[in-house]
Amino acid sequence: MRDVAIIGTGMTKFGELWDKSLRDIFVEAALKAIDNSGVKKIDSMYIGNFSGGLFVGQEHLASLLPDYLGVTPIPTTRVESACASGALALKQAFLEVASGFSDIVLAGGVEKMTDIATNEATYGLAAAADREYEAFQGITFPGLYALIARRHMYEYGTTREQLAMVSVKNHKNGAKNPNAQFTFEITMDQVLNSNLIADPLRLLDCSPITDGAAAVIICPAEMAKEYTDKPIKIIGVGHATDTIALTDREDITTLKATVEASKRAYAMAGIKPEDIDLAEVHDCFTIAEICAIEDLGFVKKGEGGKATEEGLTLIDGKIPINPSGGLKSKGHPVGATGIAQVIEVVAQLRGEAGERQVKDAKIGLTHNLGGSGGSVIVHILEVM
Amino acid sequence: MVGIVGYGAYIPKYRIKVEEIAKVWGEDAEALKNNLLLEEKTVPFLDQDSVTIGVEEAQSALRRALIDPQEIGAIYIGSESKPYAVKPSSSIIAEAIGAIPQVHTADFEFACKAGSESVFVCYGLVKAGLIKYGLGIGADTSQGAPHEALEYSAAAGGAAYIIGEEDTLADILETFSYTTDTPDFWRRDGEFYPRHGGRFTGEPAYFKHVLGSAKGIMKKAGLKPNDFTYAVFHQPNGKFPLMAGKRLGFSMEQMKPGLVAPKVGNTYSGCSLLGLAATLDVSKPGDLILMTSFGSGAGSDSFVIKVKEKINKVRNLAPTVQEMLDDKIYIDYGKYVRYRRMIRS
Repeated sequence: MRDVAIIGTGMTKFGELWDKSLRDIFVEAALKAIDNSGVKKIDSMYIGNFSGGLFVGQEHLASLLPDYLGVTPIPTTRVESACASGALALKQAFLEVASGFSDIVLAGGVEKMTDIATNEATYGLAAAADREYEAFQGITFPGLYALIARRHMYEYGTTREQLAMVSVKNHKNGAKNPNAQFTFEITMDQVLNSNLIADPLRLLDCSPITDGAAAVIICPAEMAKEYTDKPIKIIGVGHATDTIALTDREDITTLKATVEASKRAYAMAGIKPEDIDLAEVHDCFTIAEICAIEDLGFVKKGEGGKATEEGLTLIDGKIPINPSGGLKSKGHPVGATGIAQVIEVVAQLRGEAGERQVKDAKIGLTHNLGGSGGSVIVHILEVM
Repeated sequence: MVGIVGYGAYIPKYRIKVEEIAKVWGEDAEALKNNLLLEEKTVPFLDQDSVTIGVEEAQSALRRALIDPQEIGAIYIGSESKPYAVKPSSSIIAEAIGAIPQVHTADFEFACKAGSESVFVCYGLVKAGLIKYGLGIGADTSQGAPHEALEYSAAAGGAAYIIGEEDTLADILETFSYTTDTPDFWRRDGEFYPRHGGRFTGEPAYFKHVLGSAKGIMKKAGLKPNDFTYAVFHQPNGKFPLMAGKRLGFSMEQMKPGLVAPKVGNTYSGCSLLGLAATLDVSKPGDLILMTSFGSGAGSDSFVIKVKEKINKVRNLAPTVQEMLDDKIYIDYGKYVRYRRMIRS
């Protein structure tokens, strides 16, 4: 297997993009990435999209997207793993280049979520859970994560305030991200007094409904310097699954797919959690970030809340988490999130993150999780 | 100068509180009240509709105008809750107030903007010298679907304006209309309840048009926010107009008298006209008022209005908005669905 590097990135602003359709935003992000990389042609594409069908009535993105990007007849594959679709697209693209089958591949993600009413979007999002045994029984995603939060608070003493601190930190970071959906800071008070969604989770604990697209261009590492002075190598890829339904988990506060996927990624990269300089993790809800930093091995199980409270996860902290603003502040266009996480880490490793820059960033990790933890893909990136 | 010769508002007596509706559907009343800045809304009785409300408004306007209704050359009503899909409401009102037969009448529709449109067209006809007086009415008894966001705000009421050139109580200095095709809220022929695009009704609809129209009229008239004494905006709830006003540069003091939504709800075609009436009720000669309506679909009409001496003489010849706000009877949800004909015997 050849080494693979990322040579270009591009994304749209994330937000309620009323004037842009699914194909508009995909093309915008893809063209930016192609431009950024300097490639003149691409061999194939992998696109992460959770539910073009439920959100805009459109499937067959495998044809629509190369058509509107103007790159037919290249092969295009739409992949889906709920909220981990973006990272899955990168993994598949990685394999196609690493195997020698293709040289230049675009890995992208796109989601258009605002063409339907909020309750219809909630119905669509519930497709990432177990429709028959969870959604039909009356639970929604905030509800599932609320159960995780409650148990985490019971087992480890994680506090309501510690959850809020995740949101406050991510908004502080997102305020410095011109592509973020929400570029304003929030206070602890605002989080604690925001509308109750699913006890103990409030509105400001939850990532929003967002439109957005993101894309990266990859090629064999040996070719990378032809295109850019700052290629970023993919040194670790880990992919694991767990039960889809929360109630079938052994321990709902430990997302085993995260543990397993990160273990495989660390093994492939030949590194340990301590070697990671920064990470973009899947904070679909504040509790998810707390569980993620534990399950990725950055802190001990149960200490995620304390670590957040002590400032370990700030941009200038011991293990910066979500310098982009995370899903909470940057937004969560489901299929695009995994790629957007990669784009942030690439920017950080290239020293191009502006006010969000983590000092001396050499190795970064992305953690993209589907549903309530049914699937997880972890990537580890390093400066070449 | 062409302006307002008489104005009259009407609000039905019955009220239902946000808490009462929230109780039935198991919703968080406090959160709703804080998010929407709504406390209660008006409810018409079984024998009221947009026509009866229009007649009340017109009669109050005549009382302040002190004119012979025979001299009214045009009567237009804007409403989203006309009793008939085909049969004018305006002709009923014309006959009821004694303005027939030498009068032009028509019914207007442009969602919540239809009332301000009626006034806009009267202004044009008077200015052109085709009629002596024109009566523009905004009146609605809009329906909110059960267990839906708009159930908390869809209310009944409105205001009417007699436009003329002689002896005005306020002059219309400038007008400006801003329109695009933006389908944020609609009701298909044959459907009982309207539908809307959720968050799409915000930034791309309400704010784009209200801000576009208000900025447009201020540019056209060479005026700035602090030139105005008051500003009145369309009020689908209490929150949106304040956000729009703030973004334009208006203060809370300027917007407060015209903000009737918290105690009335959204009277749809009557809405901004009602807010204007409430503002005229407390205004002084020399005051400058900006009014910007909004109708889904979408568009906004803006007016710059200067109050004159005559307001002091005629203000109390008809009920003020505050007097009608204070004259209220609270009802429960059962009576509400009965009066709104959502259940029938």
